[in-house]
Amino acid sequence: MNNINYLSFNKYPKLYPQSIITLGWLTDLDNLRINPLSLCYGMGKSYGDVCLNEGGTIFDITNLNHIIDFDEKNGIIKCEAGITLDKILEFVVPKGWFLPVTPGTKFITLGGAVANDVHGKNHHTAGTFGSHVTEIELLRSDNITYKCTKNENRELFCATIGGLGLTGLIKSVEFGLIPIETPFMYVENIKFDNLDAFFDLNEESEKLFPYTVSWVDCTTKGKKMGRGIYMRGRHATKSEVNKSFEMKEGAIPFPIEARFINNFTVKTFNKLYYSKQLSKISTQIVPFEPYFYPLDMINGWEKAYGKNGFLQHQFVLPYDNCKKNMQQIFEIIVNSGMSSFLTVLKSFGDAKSPGMLSFPKKGITLAIDYRMEGNKTLELLNKIDKLVSKNNGRLYPGKDARMSREHFHQFYPNFGEFQSYKDSNFSSSFYRRIK
Amino acid sequence: MIRNIYVFGATSKIAEETIKHFAKESANFYLVGRDIDKLGIVSKDLLARGANKVELETCNALDWEKHPATVDKADNSIGQLDLIFIAHGTLPVNEDIRNNQMKVIEEFNINCTSIISLCTVASDYFEKKGKGTIAVISSVAGERGRQSNFIYGSAKGGVTKYLEGLRNRLFEKGIKVITIKPGMVDTPMTKDFKKGLLFASPSRVGKEIYKGIKIGRDVMYVPGYWKIIMGIIKSIPESIFKKLKL
Repeated sequence: MNNINYLSFNKYPKLYPQSIITLGWLTDLDNLRINPLSLCYGMGKSYGDVCLNEGGTIFDITNLNHIIDFDEKNGIIKCEAGITLDKILEFVVPKGWFLPVTPGTKFITLGGAVANDVHGKNHHTAGTFGSHVTEIELLRSDNITYKCTKNENRELFCATIGGLGLTGLIKSVEFGLIPIETPFMYVENIKFDNLDAFFDLNEESEKLFPYTVSWVDCTTKGKKMGRGIYMRGRHATKSEVNKSFEMKEGAIPFPIEARFINNFTVKTFNKLYYSKQLSKISTQIVPFEPYFYPLDMINGWEKAYGKNGFLQHQFVLPYDNCKKNMQQIFEIIVNSGMSSFLTVLKSFGDAKSPGMLSFPKKGITLAIDYRMEGNKTLELLNKIDKLVSKNNGRLYPGKDARMSREHFHQFYPNFGEFQSYKDSNFSSSFYRRIK
Repeated sequence: MIRNIYVFGATSKIAEETIKHFAKESANFYLVGRDIDKLGIVSKDLLARGANKVELETCNALDWEKHPATVDKADNSIGQLDLIFIAHGTLPVNEDIRNNQMKVIEEFNINCTSIISLCTVASDYFEKKGKGTIAVISSVAGERGRQSNFIYGSAKGGVTKYLEGLRNRLFEKGIKVITIKPGMVDTPMTKDFKKGLLFASPSRVGKEIYKGIKIGRDVMYVPGYWKIIMGIIKSIPESIFKKLKL
C-alpha cells in the first residue's frame, strides 16, 4: 500500500508500510495485537526514516489526543501521546503557561516530542523536552503498560526518551510547563558578519537570554562566510508589552491567532507595533508564534523542493576547536553551492537529558536543508559526516535518512545498552538501517 | 447562554471536538454513549478543559424505549437542559450491506429512526420547558442518493427532512432546531478512506459547529464549502445523474 499520507516530512526516502492501524481510543489498546515490525506514527514531521516502517505496521496515534489531567496551579499536564503541541498551546497559553521546550514546529505529537527528545531555542537554559517529562505510560508487546518515571522503571524511562519509538507504544506523557505573563516575546535581532562574530555574540547572549538561535547565510564565501542574523529572546512581561503598544506605529505583520488571546492581549492587541526594518540591532515585541514557528506560517514550504524531496542534516560539534572545525565544514558547504536558505546555527548547553539516545550535547549545532539531487547530495553529506565524526560530534537521527551504521554506533555509545530495553516487536526503517 | 448540555453519541470525534469549546465556558454535561470507558476518557478531557460537572450514562441508540429516561436523568442530575446534541452514527460500506436486509434495516434505524426517537423526546422536553436548542448531526450525504452511499445517505436524508418540519413546528415556541451537515471529516469513522483535499479535520469541524450552535443557525454545512459542492450535485438533472458513478 503506497499511502503517501505516511511518509516523512521531507518525502525522502519513499518507504511504505504494509498496513496502517488507526487507534481511536486508549481503550483500543487493551487488546491490541502488536506484531513484529510495529511502529507508531504521529504527524510525520521528522525528516528521514525514523517514522517510516517499510513493510511493517504503522499505528496512527493522532486520534489519541485527549487531555488526561491538568494541574493549573503547578503547571503539570498529562495528555495522550497523539495530541499535538499546537493543541497543548491552545489550551495552556490562555491560562498563563507555556511549553518548557519547543522545536521549530508545533505540529508534532507529544509522543513524537518524547521519542525524538526534541530541543529548541532554549537548550542552553532548559535542556531537551525529555528533561521536563515526569511520567510516561508505555505499552509493550507483552501487552503490559509500564509506568515509567525517574524512579519507577527508570531504565525504560531513559530508553524511551529519545528512543525513536522503539521501546513500545507511548500511551501518555506527563510533563511540566513554564509560567508566562504574556503570549508575546521580547526579541532582539542582531546582524553578524561572520562565524567569528557569531561565537562572540553567542557567548554574550547565552548569559542574557533563555532563547537564542541564528539564521546563517551558507552561500557567501570569504570574509563574510557565516554571516547571519542572531535572534535572542525571552517571554515578554506585561509592562514591556504595554510599553510597546504605546509606541503604536503601523500594524503587526503576524497577528496573533484569536485562540491564543487572553484577557490581557485583548486590550493591547491592536496597538502593538512591530518593526520590519532590520538595522544592526532591532528590538521587537512579537507574538510567540512567528518567533518560535516561522515556518508553520508558510503552509507547504517543504513542497518547494519538488517531488524528490530534500534532506535535512543536523550535527553538533563539541566546543574544543569548534570555531576551526565549523569553519572547515562551512567551507565545504559554501564551495559545494548546494546549501539552501534555511540554515540554523545554535548552541547546546550543559544540561544532560535522561535519554539514552538523546542527540544534543554541549557544543554548536548546525541544521541545513539540501535539495535531494541524488549522489551529489549524498556525497557532500558523507564528507561532512566524516568531519563530524573526526571531531567527536554527532548527527540527529530525527533528521537523518542516510548516516552510516558505523557513524551511528560511534555517535551513540549507549546504543548497546539501549538495545536491551528496545521492544523486540517495534522497529523502523531507521532502526533496521543502523542497528 | 448554553450551560447544561445533553449529548447522545458523546464519543463521536465530531461531538467531542464540539463540546470541548463549551467545556471552556464551565458547562455541565450529561454524556450518553455505548462505551463507559471511552465516555470516561471524554469526561476527564472536558473536566481538564474547565467543565463544571460531567455525568455519564451508557445507552444504545437502538434501545429507544430507554431514550426518554436518559433525558429525565440528565435533567435531574445537571439541571434544566439548554442543549440536546445528537451526534451518534455509523458509516456502513454500502457495497457490503446493500443486499443484507436485516443489516440495512439496522443501519437505517441507527442513523435515522433512533435520531427521530431522540428528537421526539427532546422536543417534548423543551416544549414543556418553553425554551432550548436541539442540534443534530446529519450529513451532506443526505442531500442526494448516490450508488456508493445511499443507505447511509437516505437515513441522513430522512433526518434532514424530519428536522426541517420540526424546526418549522417549534419556531413559534422559541425552540431552536439546528441541522448540521458535515462533509468528509478525518475521523476514525472514515479511517479506511483515501484522504483527499476535501477532508476536514475534526477540530475545525467541531469549532464551526460550536459557533453555529452558539448563534443558533438553522442549517449549517461544515466546512462551509460543502454548501457549494452539494448545490452543484443537487442541480444535476436526474437523467444524467443516474448514469454517473458517484
